Amino acid sequence: MAIQQEVIVVGGGLAGLSAAMRLAEHGILVHLVSLTKVKRSHSVCAQGGINAAVNLKNEGDSPYIHAYETVKGGDFLANQPQVVEMCLAAPQIIKMLDRFGCTFNRNLEGGLDVRRFGGTTFNRTVYCGSSTGQQLLYALDEQVRRYEVKGLIKKYEHHEFMRLVIDEEGISRGIILMDHYNLKMEVLKANAVIIGTGGLGFMFKKSTNSTICTGAANGRLFMQGMEYANGEFIQIHPTSIPGHDKLRLMTETLRGFARVWVFGDETKQIKDENGNWIPCGKTGERWYFLEDMYKLLGNLVPRDIAARAIHQVCELGLGVEGHKQVYLDCTGFDESLVKKFQSVFEIYQKFTGEDPKVKPMKIYPGVHYTMGGAFVDYPAEEDGDRHLRFKYMTNLTGCFNVGESQYGIHGANRLGGNSLISCIFDGLVVGDEMQPYFHQLKKDYKEIPEEVFERALAKEQAFKHELMSKKGVENIHQLHEELSEILVRDCTVVRHNESLEKAVQEIKKIRQRYKNIRLDDTSNELNQTFIFANQFRGMLEIALVIAKGALLRDESRGGHFKPEFPDRDDVNFLKHTIATYDPDEGEPVMSFREVDTRYFTVAKRDYKKKVTLESLDLSKIPSNLPAYV
Amino acid sequence: MKSFTLQILRGTEGNQYVEEFELELTPLMNVITALMEIQKRPINKKGELTTPVVWEQACLEEVCGSCSMLINGIPRQSCTAMIQPILDETGTDKIHLAPFDCYPLIRDLVIDRSRIFDDLKRIKGWSEVDGSRSTEFGPKILPKTQEVMYELSTCMSCGCCLVACPNYTKTTQFVGAAVVGQARLYNLHPNGKSNKEERLNTMMGKGGLHECSKAQNCVQVCPKKIDLVEAIAELGDQVTAHAFKEFFGSNSPEE
Repeated sequence: MAIQQEVIVVGGGLAGLSAAMRLAEHGILVHLVSLTKVKRSHSVCAQGGINAAVNLKNEGDSPYIHAYETVKGGDFLANQPQVVEMCLAAPQIIKMLDRFGCTFNRNLEGGLDVRRFGGTTFNRTVYCGSSTGQQLLYALDEQVRRYEVKGLIKKYEHHEFMRLVIDEEGISRGIILMDHYNLKMEVLKANAVIIGTGGLGFMFKKSTNSTICTGAANGRLFMQGMEYANGEFIQIHPTSIPGHDKLRLMTETLRGFARVWVFGDETKQIKDENGNWIPCGKTGERWYFLEDMYKLLGNLVPRDIAARAIHQVCELGLGVEGHKQVYLDCTGFDESLVKKFQSVFEIYQKFTGEDPKVKPMKIYPGVHYTMGGAFVDYPAEEDGDRHLRFKYMTNLTGCFNVGESQYGIHGANRLGGNSLISCIFDGLVVGDEMQPYFHQLKKDYKEIPEEVFERALAKEQAFKHELMSKKGVENIHQLHEELSEILVRDCTVVRHNESLEKAVQEIKKIRQRYKNIRLDDTSNELNQTFIFANQFRGMLEIALVIAKGALLRDESRGGHFKPEFPDRDDVNFLKHTIATYDPDEGEPVMSFREVDTRYFTVAKRDYKKKVTLESLDLSKIPSNLPAYV
Repeated sequence: MKSFTLQILRGTEGNQYVEEFELELTPLMNVITALMEIQKRPINKKGELTTPVVWEQACLEEVCGSCSMLINGIPRQSCTAMIQPILDETGTDKIHLAPFDCYPLIRDLVIDRSRIFDDLKRIKGWSEVDGSRSTEFGPKILPKTQEVMYELSTCMSCGCCLVACPNYTKTTQFVGAAVVGQARLYNLHPNGKSNKEERLNTMMGKGGLHECSKAQNCVQVCPKKIDLVEAIAELGDQVTAHAFKEFFGSNSPEE
């Protein structure tokens, strides 16, 4: 039987939409599943910009420098072929978005304007005001709408992915999805499934992520046998504003113009980038500590470094007004800068009641991005078996994973401006993988016995029934709050083995209490209590992966910092942490896997010297890699 | 500790009722935080155990449009609706929450805003491009034009301007200010222009621009402060020019 050209894409953010668009271009029918109207996906929250070495200011920038800085910024834990191929394709992706009508900021001649982000000395970030993610998402939303009208994309909004349907040979054949409006579970069939469900910030509750970023889809897949990699790598964004319901991001580009400071205290000391102890400024005077500690990049050091420095300064008792907060000072901005950052300033003022043009912003690091995620295969273009393998396929055959929900590109720390480019790159690449994947399939989903689908459906219906009939005492939102407190306390800027051991046990206790919940709502009409309680099961398992991964990694690398092991340990830990689910163990089973470091020599990560094309050894990178996707 | 009362219009289509919740006011509290407190302890003002309130939310920083509702009758996002200033403004200890009334009600504060997205299809809300593989830059756009486009493009399809519009109701077909703004946006971009004629034809048909009665409520409530009145006026000019051209049968490719 001919293989039906049909794919399910789960997630309507940048990764999901770019995949859907590329698939439609191939004439493949796309079933696009999203929790929300795709236009409301979390990608809208990205503010600062998207990186591509277009070298618009003729500064000698190059995709290879972009790639090296991405690898270095990720403390060498990223898979290098994926990074290099992404950075080479990035300029073409910018051009594509430009043709789509994305409202990029312009130079005087009407070309694209660029600015500078953290972790680089180049102006490499293209942007749209202070809402770049929103504008990129809308540009892709429009193209998806175009294909929707043509009948090539079918949307299932307010629907949720509940389970992957795997046939008797272990091949993905569809999903079970749930309509939020009536809690009805249904089978959706196709010949491949692409997951692009984003990060898991909402597990920490206090994060910059949207409240729909629960990580539940990956949690469910993990419980179905999907390998999950580098869970312990959670990015803490240095500049967020606190709130009871969530933290709110203040874009990294502010650090390109604003200065971070606290009042100094010369009786205290801190280590600078050379490992020397320096005094904490002058007592009673403004101390621009990032500029003092990091001479070349100053306020624009990568996020993990900035977050750690802010944390340290506050631990030393130098936090503003005695609290855990430092100043991000925009009071000296001229009119044109104020205009550029107007929307960010407005948000700050709305939530704090203070005008950042008059009083310096008060900020503190907050959970922001999930570097870890589904383990996916990534055969490099040059690999001999390239055409026998598939980019972005998980260990579950026919189930692919892209964007923030996969693990490969950002290593131990993501550079600002790299998330948007990686999501779109992933989506386009996976869109091109489907036809070769279909080509080697021996059976169509229509040949799969109906029982396979019915069994999967029955499992979800049984779990729904189980949750709805619980008569315990625990409130699901209270449990979530307690889980988030553990994660924020033990799995963010600084990690200690003793507290991580405790965290693992405490999460297990919450898992035990989860069995004793009671839903305050048992109706079938948009029952959000049920929806969240159902998501929570998978979230708990990923929470364990995060805590246990952090516990086992006895080193400091990128976003993972352990004072007991302050140095990077390449001998033991230049490896991906791989977690697999084992219901009998009660804890995820952990192992380690090699990192693909074939192109750039693993080196010490420091920011004392500018990276130039001449300073890089590119001899191991094939010269014929495509500069497009 | 000071307390306040949320009066929430709850229920499903044809079965709506008001339920009150008394909550403690915490510093910098917004409507979302209040609703989250109810989730943890769903007990109403009478002390009865009830179901948690249902509402839509995602980004909580006024960029996704999900959490829009009527707050004391005014359409806005509940994430940026800070409790204290609202209480100060009204001089009461009560805040009233209700779902938008121009869309099918799903439950409590959640409505189905699909109509906005269907209307975006009607006006061909996209740029006509030759696929995603070309290696060309897009056409150059001067900063002045970009500024107009960017403002229009910050529209998050939240529906505030639509529920505020007297001509946009469950029984009318008017596309409303948000969609008119988007039509202007696509007409501005050189690659969006290729559908301009069809877009203007739609604007001349049922639910088109002539159904606007110029009440100008839209511009008052837009959370992104988009100049919707200007967009409506500009598109009105385009429609007039287009109708004129249609009448005289000119179809110069220069236009």
